[in-house]
Amino acid sequence: MKGTVGRLTRIFVINSVRILTLLLAVSVITFVLVSASPIDPVRQYIMGLGTAVSPEQRAEIEDYWGVNEPPVERYFGWMSELLKGNLGESALYRRPVADIIRERFLNSLALMLCAWVLSGGIGFTVGCVMGMYRDRLPDKILKKVCYVISSIPTFWLGLVFLLVFAVWLKWFPIGFSGPIGVLRDEVTIWEKLYHLILPAFTLSLMSFANIALHTRQKLADVLNSEYVLFARARGEGGWMILRRHGLRNILLPALTLQFASFAELFGGSVMAENVFSYPGLGSAVSAAGLNADVPLLLGVTLFSALFVAVGNMTANLLYGIIDPQIREVDG
Amino acid sequence: MRKVNRRTKVVILTVFMMVILIAIYAFGMLIPDDAAGSFLHAKQPPSLAHPFGTDALGRDLLLRTFKGMSVSMTVGTAASAISAVFAVFVGVAAAAGSKRVDAFINWVIDIVMGVPHTILVILISFAMGRGLKGLLVGIAATHWCSLARLIRGEVLQLRSMQYVAVSRKLGKSGRWILAHHLLPHLGPQFFVGLVLMFPHAILHEASVSFLGFGLPPEQPAIGMILSESMRYIGAGMWWPAVLPGLTLVLIVLLIDKLGDNLRMVMDPYSAQE
Repeated sequence: MKGTVGRLTRIFVINSVRILTLLLAVSVITFVLVSASPIDPVRQYIMGLGTAVSPEQRAEIEDYWGVNEPPVERYFGWMSELLKGNLGESALYRRPVADIIRERFLNSLALMLCAWVLSGGIGFTVGCVMGMYRDRLPDKILKKVCYVISSIPTFWLGLVFLLVFAVWLKWFPIGFSGPIGVLRDEVTIWEKLYHLILPAFTLSLMSFANIALHTRQKLADVLNSEYVLFARARGEGGWMILRRHGLRNILLPALTLQFASFAELFGGSVMAENVFSYPGLGSAVSAAGLNADVPLLLGVTLFSALFVAVGNMTANLLYGIIDPQIREVDG
Repeated sequence: MRKVNRRTKVVILTVFMMVILIAIYAFGMLIPDDAAGSFLHAKQPPSLAHPFGTDALGRDLLLRTFKGMSVSMTVGTAASAISAVFAVFVGVAAAAGSKRVDAFINWVIDIVMGVPHTILVILISFAMGRGLKGLLVGIAATHWCSLARLIRGEVLQLRSMQYVAVSRKLGKSGRWILAHHLLPHLGPQFFVGLVLMFPHAILHEASVSFLGFGLPPEQPAIGMILSESMRYIGAGMWWPAVLPGLTLVLIVLLIDKLGDNLRMVMDPYSAQE
């Protein structure tokens, strides 16, 4: 037991160091990309003000933003503020980026968590059914369904759901995380959940195919093993074998895979949030990109990298728990 | 009728699919850019004259969809070709180069995989000033990783083969071995990887232009049509959202199937599955 804890701590430390270097690299690359852009953020900012700006005022804004300083200096300025917890001010929303990220991440987190649990549940169940009925009719049908679904773009599925469930059947509202015309503080949790169902369902449908196919393969491997043959010989039925031998072997790998899929989850939520005008990080990042809101774009990119890295680290730690044979060879 | 064996069947099917895809592409390319409609026919549901209906400006959606599809296919082909060639270079360099090169390439792949692709494409598109170039580079930059890993693994495996060892003992240079023993083996991998990357590239292209980062609004990319349809969906106009999207999905499925068939033809091992 002590060995396990020690090994996990080592994985944790190695991964933390790796995450830090990764984030540093991402911050440099992102900064270079944003600096290389021919789109002038100052002009976009002035256009957003909606008033005419004299050349002197413009120079003042440029001075305040430090646009004319060399990029390296600007990077270190940004980095030192970042370490103090200051991500700058969003040019689009006129508020500190850190506040926007905090507020919108909570919305996104609710959406992604629902979708994550749903897709995991659906995917795992479907995978188990496929594995149990391998090469028979249910398996063949479900496999086709999985392949078709992974070829459908998230945003189009969202559009179709919007059309069917919100416009035609009027079961769900068209968008936003709360009813229109109600103050944010007065929106109840139920109303929030109600507005969450459709986007979360869309997002989860996009990602369950992967986990289902993985579970199918794993379960098939287990069912082909000799200990399952022996269990059959002892007279255990199909579902008992699944419960006693299957689930124990395939649950944790599936969970690991699910943690490792945070990047697709985040990318999918960008699309889903835009279709359902859901006020999360995803709609913020596309708005930031379209309106040349550089501080927000930088902040969200870095944050998304952190999010993905945490997911990957969890997956690595889970691997460490599942398989005692895994030894991290070198960092 | 004489019995046709499975391989021949697959080959015929593959050729048939290719012909369909090329026909769709050519059809889209032949449609003139300025297929302007008249407001008299605006917002018409599907009919015999306009099988996909018309949009809010009275343009025929069938023509717009296929025009958009051919634009998307051009972008997809170019982006996945760039991406696949890059992947081969990187994969071979990682496997055949020094340990440090390998570690560095793996690190770069970790970084690219560590940022959600949608966000990375948005960033790159922003850095290139939006438009076609940004889209191409963005999609190419996000799709090479898995193929590069695959090719790295393949090269590592090939290098441990006996005939490569014999060749080395016979005094052949590393470059000679690369050209005569390694690259010929990578051909099928490369080609299948390219075709299987293609649908992903098209889906990404559609997503990104849906968000508004792709081609300029005059270019009827498929994502653009769907993004325009969002505005009228509340009013119950279903055809601009459903039919072009369905076309996109069908074409993507077709390409996917084509890739699978090509793999079956080129890689005899996977045909047994």
